[in-house]
Amino acid sequence: MKVELNINNEKHTVEVEPRTSLLDCLRDKLLLTGAHAGCEHGVCGACTVLVDGTAVRSCLMFAVQADGYAITTIEGLSPGPGELSPLQDAFCETHGMQCGYCTPAMILAAHALLAKNASPTREQIVEAISGNLCRCTGYAQIVEAIALAAERIRGQNEPARR
Amino acid sequence: MKPAPFEYSRPADIDEACALLAADDGARLIAGGQTLVPLMAMRLARPSRLIDIARIPGLSYIREEFAVRPRESGDPGPQATPDRAGLDSRLRGNERGRGFDSNGTGSVVAIGATTKQHVVEHDPLVRSKLPLLAKVMPYVGHGATRARGTVGGSLANGDPAAEIVLVAATLGATLTWRDGGKSSEIAAADFFLGPMVTALPLTACLAEARFPVWSERRVGVGFHEVNARQSDFAFVAAAAQVALDADGCCTRAAIGIGAAAAVPLRLDTVATDLQGKRFDEAKVREAVKAALADVETMADLHASAEYRRRVAATLAVRAIADAFAAAARRA
Repeated sequence: MKVELNINNEKHTVEVEPRTSLLDCLRDKLLLTGAHAGCEHGVCGACTVLVDGTAVRSCLMFAVQADGYAITTIEGLSPGPGELSPLQDAFCETHGMQCGYCTPAMILAAHALLAKNASPTREQIVEAISGNLCRCTGYAQIVEAIALAAERIRGQNEPARR
Repeated sequence: MKPAPFEYSRPADIDEACALLAADDGARLIAGGQTLVPLMAMRLARPSRLIDIARIPGLSYIREEFAVRPRESGDPGPQATPDRAGLDSRLRGNERGRGFDSNGTGSVVAIGATTKQHVVEHDPLVRSKLPLLAKVMPYVGHGATRARGTVGGSLANGDPAAEIVLVAATLGATLTWRDGGKSSEIAAADFFLGPMVTALPLTACLAEARFPVWSERRVGVGFHEVNARQSDFAFVAAAAQVALDADGCCTRAAIGIGAAAAVPLRLDTVATDLQGKRFDEAKVREAVKAALADVETMADLHASAEYRRRVAATLAVRAIADAFAAAARRA
């Protein structure tokens, strides 16, 4: 089946079998390999992408269901070539990763949270990433990274202090 | 690519979806797919065709509808909105029809089958009119699955551990489906027949769930669940909604237990027992234990049948206590 997808503000027309998950379509057809294949049945969250700004598991959605939505992958978050988003920066700075497998999904889940809630509490951060498994970090530095990014993004909108 | 191959259709309306279902024994409906797609990935489900109803217009809404006394024939009454104009709903007994109170008054919150769970979670009408549903929504899967999962999908799946199923049973929701160009409705109590087994005909598509609104001023709710993590399946869950009079005595109560038995349970004897009384923990515990004594509870790897019976009683008492306390805080 032919399906037209809007991914990171670019239109792509792909030919897929109906049983192709959005995840496999992103990775195999469009070479957007930032969405990771973990369990592939909705448990681990490694495949998280944003659909109209909301975090969604791309392994639980078929590519043929995804037309007409604005899909954002980790590749669409950086402001320009060689640059990092505030969240990506914060993950580097607090070392919010070890093996990195869960990281793109963690950052996208956090991105969806901060877009709706500029000042999340620790509980809200934990809740936002509760569907994403990390087997390395113990989560503490991931939570720290998201709090740090939130603080910086809030700071961007304030006049410089004298 | 883990699922077996299938055909994919996206019908324009609900009757076309039913026709596609009727034409192919192996076809399945998909809306959010948050339960079905994992089953397909594990090849526990191998549908020959997926009929995608997620974007059918007019199936995603949350609105309050008010009861009207039966009118003279020909007058559709104010609740006949454009979406419903073509639906010749069959009433199950005049008084109880359409999900309103037994005396035919009050209002219901009608939720379209493909309304996404995260929409319900944040909806102000649900918060103010269906506090019990609002309370359980954060327990329904993860944020990422609530973003795709639908209310109708959860109900039609009929998992006794599902929180939306529990609330529908506890509050006595009415479910409407479409089949062969006709609409039918059924009480939640008659709809859930067993684990993942419902009264929904094979060729039917769930259209709407109607949750009765309690119009009393002092209404409170309570909900407790035991699980491995908040987003995981409940081992046992208990929900309670009570209304109190000015003196703090119960005028109405509804209590439900989820995940303990093959279907969600309503503890109606406990609810009747509470009438006219203030909260007395020892008496409530006794009544709950008696109500659960003969229930056949489920056993699995996570929890034995005896554990489920014991914890169901404890959680029910806590949920009732919370509901009394919450109602008492309302002036």
